[in-house]
Amino acid sequence: MLTRLKTQVPLFSMNSYTKLREKLKLSGLSFASTHSHVIRLGRHSRHNSKMAVCIAVIAKENYPLFIRSVPIQNELKFHYTVHTSLDVVEEKISAVGKAMADQRELYLGLLYPTEDYKVYGYVTNSKVKFVIVVDSSNTSLRDNEIRSMFRKLHNSFTDVMCNPFYNPGDTIQSKAFDSIVSAMMVQAS
Amino acid sequence: MQWPLQIIYFSLFTSLYTSLAQQLPRESMEWRRSYGRAPKMIHLEANFVQFKEELLPKDGNRALLTFPFLHIYWTDCCDTEMYKASVKDDMLRWQSTLRLHGSVDWLIVVVESEAKKKNKTNILPRTSIVDKIRNDFCNKQSDRCVVLSDPLKESSRSQDSWSAFLTKLRTLLLMSFTKNLGRFEDDMRTLREKRTEPGWSFCDYFMVQEELAFVFEMLQQFEDALVQYDELDALFTQYVLNFGAGDGANWLGSFCAPVKRWSGLLLRRPIDMEKRELIQRGEASLLDLRSYLFSRQCTLLIFLQRPWEVTQRALELLHNCVQELRLLEVYVVQGALDCWVFLSCLEVLHRIEGCCDRAQLEANCSHTVGLWTYATEKLKSLGYLCGLVAEKVPTSEDLNRTVDLLAGLGEERPETVNSLQSPYKKLNEALSSVEAFEKHYLELSHAAMEMYRAIGRMRSARLIGKSLAEFYMKKGDPERAEGFLDDSLRSYVAEGWRLQVTHTRKQMAECQKLLQQTEDYLQTSALLAGDANLTEEERKHFCQEILTFASQPPAPSGEHTHTTVALSMAAFAQLRQMQFSPPGAVVHVGAALQLELRVRCLMPVAMQVEQLAATLHFSLEQGGARGRAGSAQRRAGHGPQGQGDGVVMFPQGSPLAGAGMGASLPPALELYEMQDRSPSDSSLTSTGVVCKNMHLLLRRHDSSASLDTPTAGALPAAVAVDDGAQMLRARDITLQPGDNSILFTAPTGEPGSYTLRQLCGSVGRVQFVQSHIYPVVQYEVYSQEPQLTIEPLSDNLLAGIPQKVTFTIATGHYSVKKGDALQLSNTDSMPILHSSCCSATVLSKRMGESALSIQSSEKVTSISLPPTPPYHTLEFQLEVLCHIPPTPFKPDIERLTNGEVRHRPKSHSHVDSGMINIDQKVSIDCPWSIYSTLIALTFYVPFKAKHSILSAGKRKYIQVCLQNVSDTNFHLADPVLTERQPTVSMELLSLNVKTQQTLYSLKAEISPPSGDQHCRTGALCGLEVSITRQAEPSETEGEEEESTEIEGLRTTKLMYEVVDNSSNWAVCGKSSGVVSMPVAASATHRVQMEVMPLFAGHLPFPNIKVFKYLPHNAVPAIQPDTDSCLENDTISLLDKGLDDQGDTASIRSRGSVHSVGSGEQQRGLPMPRLEPFSPGQVFYWSQGRQVLVLPVTDDHVMEVNVT
Repeated sequence: MLTRLKTQVPLFSMNSYTKLREKLKLSGLSFASTHSHVIRLGRHSRHNSKMAVCIAVIAKENYPLFIRSVPIQNELKFHYTVHTSLDVVEEKISAVGKAMADQRELYLGLLYPTEDYKVYGYVTNSKVKFVIVVDSSNTSLRDNEIRSMFRKLHNSFTDVMCNPFYNPGDTIQSKAFDSIVSAMMVQAS
Repeated sequence: MQWPLQIIYFSLFTSLYTSLAQQLPRESMEWRRSYGRAPKMIHLEANFVQFKEELLPKDGNRALLTFPFLHIYWTDCCDTEMYKASVKDDMLRWQSTLRLHGSVDWLIVVVESEAKKKNKTNILPRTSIVDKIRNDFCNKQSDRCVVLSDPLKESSRSQDSWSAFLTKLRTLLLMSFTKNLGRFEDDMRTLREKRTEPGWSFCDYFMVQEELAFVFEMLQQFEDALVQYDELDALFTQYVLNFGAGDGANWLGSFCAPVKRWSGLLLRRPIDMEKRELIQRGEASLLDLRSYLFSRQCTLLIFLQRPWEVTQRALELLHNCVQELRLLEVYVVQGALDCWVFLSCLEVLHRIEGCCDRAQLEANCSHTVGLWTYATEKLKSLGYLCGLVAEKVPTSEDLNRTVDLLAGLGEERPETVNSLQSPYKKLNEALSSVEAFEKHYLELSHAAMEMYRAIGRMRSARLIGKSLAEFYMKKGDPERAEGFLDDSLRSYVAEGWRLQVTHTRKQMAECQKLLQQTEDYLQTSALLAGDANLTEEERKHFCQEILTFASQPPAPSGEHTHTTVALSMAAFAQLRQMQFSPPGAVVHVGAALQLELRVRCLMPVAMQVEQLAATLHFSLEQGGARGRAGSAQRRAGHGPQGQGDGVVMFPQGSPLAGAGMGASLPPALELYEMQDRSPSDSSLTSTGVVCKNMHLLLRRHDSSASLDTPTAGALPAAVAVDDGAQMLRARDITLQPGDNSILFTAPTGEPGSYTLRQLCGSVGRVQFVQSHIYPVVQYEVYSQEPQLTIEPLSDNLLAGIPQKVTFTIATGHYSVKKGDALQLSNTDSMPILHSSCCSATVLSKRMGESALSIQSSEKVTSISLPPTPPYHTLEFQLEVLCHIPPTPFKPDIERLTNGEVRHRPKSHSHVDSGMINIDQKVSIDCPWSIYSTLIALTFYVPFKAKHSILSAGKRKYIQVCLQNVSDTNFHLADPVLTERQPTVSMELLSLNVKTQQTLYSLKAEISPPSGDQHCRTGALCGLEVSITRQAEPSETEGEEEESTEIEGLRTTKLMYEVVDNSSNWAVCGKSSGVVSMPVAASATHRVQMEVMPLFAGHLPFPNIKVFKYLPHNAVPAIQPDTDSCLENDTISLLDKGLDDQGDTASIRSRGSVHSVGSGEQQRGLPMPRLEPFSPGQVFYWSQGRQVLVLPVTDDHVMEVNVT
């Protein structure tokens, strides 16, 4: 009798959990194949440095929910870079018409390059922004890889949001999220 | 176009050449392409070249630019002889030469003219020559030979032939071109595939692919041309990356040579031949190659009308080049790249400006602003490098560096020599002097900032502004830096970016210190001292700055006339919570109220605070004199400390709050329950939920919204400390870093409501002020009027017996002095009974008892009270007695002790017991008031008394009923009835001993029909009723009963009646009758009747009733109205008795009763009357008896008529 009850009334069934996640994520990760004239050389490049040097999650109101950069480098500089990139994020979001907002791709692409870094952006449907800063010298990362990093980040962020103990708007202190971010920032080779 | 397709002709008529070259590209051809590329319409342009053998390409040489795509042999021969003699041989030779060089694209044109025909008469028909040629040369390709007739004539025939020829020419040319291009591309690909082989040279390959690009460009296929360059670009990029990864290619060596020239891009020429030659020779540096590639891409993009792509690609290129040089570890003089980037940025911008109008440029700021910013950055770093950003002049070392850098620029290019604003001149000028540098740097910075602002990239604009501020600071010009810093700082604070806030604030502090803005500097220092992002040392430093200032004696005179400096508390400490003790935060005047404040000190070191004071706002809100109960109730509903524990928590927001998070996060809703109670009886009038911080939530969020945390500028004016108000004070406290607890004693001098407004901590000359305390913290001080209440000890006070009542005096603000006494006005109806040993209890924290002396005079009872301090309760008990009102109580009259009679609308009746109450008012003179206090005591009358006079002839009966309606047991002893006015002839006899006598007994017998043992249904049975007189009638009775004298025998008439309510019996014959009973004991009268049982079973006897039968002449004697004393309820009592017998109704309804003188008919005539006996006068023996009735043996239907 007890077991039957247990199975019938789960506190938070996996099914609803998945549904919730889907709801949060909605849609939007289709990959348009980009035509490129780049000629790939036969051998795969061995050059493989760090994947990302800075990863940031920024709230809808534009304050940082999470920001982490490679420890050795100038943290402040990354903060400035990420903060300034919000200009472009906002520009890109507003560039898409309101009617198109539903179909808008979450990935915003390269926000702006600097001499040293490339800054990529991604914005969720709830206007939470993800920013990934990649070293300019790191040419092994291609668009698709950046996209998949964002997707992973978004998934993990969704998990954070699903945590009933997380208060939306607070800084993210989830260990799981942190480890996902760390994995993106460690050396790939 | 520079390189039209090459067409080599053999003996062309020069007269045709011009028109041919002009008309060939006029019409477009559809160009079908290999590899599934989309067909395109192209215009072919041709260059006609005289045939020379050396022009024919050597084997393997597929240079497209000089490649002869089509060979044309022109002839106007119309003479067969001549053809056979010379032309044919000539053609054969031509053909064999072509074959030798593998060229299969040729065309023979035969020009005919009428003139020639006419001159030669012996000519063959025109076709024959053409046929011959076709036969000789074009064995399968008949289209290789065309006829052109009179091309110089205007006839329609010649026109047609001319256009047909052109079409043919175009087709063949395109065919050849396509074929050769395909071959070229294949060769090129083959060459590219060899790139891993040693000896392969990128430069060679570059030239090959560029040729393709040239051809496309010539065909106006810019897109295709661009693709060629993009492929080259990508290939080179990939090589560099591979090289960086250790996969070196030999040819790359030349690109790794130290950079010697950094003259920037050159975009003003379609083709930079100098650089092209360098590449061709394999001497180009990386920058040369990149520059050349980009200049070509730029040219093509501008052809394609995509200038904004140029700017975007330019930025990518510049970034990329810097990266590549770094990757290839190419030696570059420090600053050289900055020069190159700077020049290139400006060059690109100039180029774009050259091909777009102003409106276009302004609309596309977003594309160019990147380059502007990049140029600004580079100029700035050059400035720093060359010592141009300083207060001093550059050193000789700086100058040497400048000279070296300028040397690398080389000579100015001829294109821009005459331009005043050329990038070259700008850079030269900017590096020439500090002033010139500043001018150019500011110009660029402002331009970039303006553009960012125009496109709404405010953050980027501020970043430039901040970098300008740094520049100004370096230049020792803090005035100009301040604005930019302030702007940036505000935005960082507003958006909650802590690191930026800290960094900028540090710069701000430096700036303010230089500007000697003491107050602002101290404020900033305070913020920095509490900033967790700084190191401990830095924080201590800033803290020390404040302490140093605080301990300085105020400047005697000068611009700072005010001696103290007010800073915002927010930087110094955060309020955590406040707690009142007692927790209700409602106290009476003069009571002790403590407030514990917990603050988190943000300073890195312990701070000595001389005074921490909170100003109080005092208001007489709701009249402080209101009673305690009401006030407390209101507080429970509304107060911020409504939790009841007296604790006010200050919201801290998120952990980031210190950096001004409040501005970006909307505050949470603060909802409180609200109850509105009616002031008179504290019943709930309305209830609801109130949002306490609505003003914050509904505030407009615009850019100019003032921030809660002061950033850098002047503090809001409200920080000014107001001194006049009352204060909570704590002196000489040490605030340790972290949480501190401070105890305040709240002033409670006056009744009213006190609200904490401002918190101010003084450290020397510095005051930390928090202008508003939110949520609202307040406490109330009330003043209470003295109150006297009198309450009974038991639930109810009963009238008539002495009982104790409690006097309670709440002294309120009044202090009872010795000799103060309560004066109770005496009243007859309620005397105060006092014994000597009365004592009063003073209720306070400790119980005290003191004696009470009571003096009574005729009019007043004086109770002298023991001395009692204010806000204490005095209690004592007294015995009182309320007399039961002597006359029948008239409830609507209320008596007052002062003799007044007041009418009240309604008397009260105790709901439960029906007790009547008396509101006895006591008038008391209290020492604290000049007015008498009226206190109503309610007494309940415990008895209900009732008396009635019953008349019986000459005699009167007085019935007295006394009913105890209270809960208390009473013992009634010796009831006596006395006369008030003694009369002579009245004699009272008690009837209480004697009971009612039984006069008659009635007995009924039912006998079965004769010969039967039992009664049977349907069979008549005999009913015998015997009425027996039981006792001699007494005198009183005799008077009552009407007796008649018949034959010397006194008889009374009785009427009997047999009634069967349950329809068990049918009375046959007479059911009622009148009998005369002799007035003698044991006189019996028998009546025989016949009844028939209707049912079988044990049937109850039918009812037999007996009435007094009063003949009509006796009527006056018993008229009830003779005695007016007979009260109404007595009659009702009689009625009731009659009802109990329950037969009057049946008598009337049956209508059979009045067999003797039916009343209806004799109405109006004197008629006999029936009167029932009193209960107990008739005893009915057979009550409840039953008789067994058997059913009839043979069942048959029987009709029974009952009358």
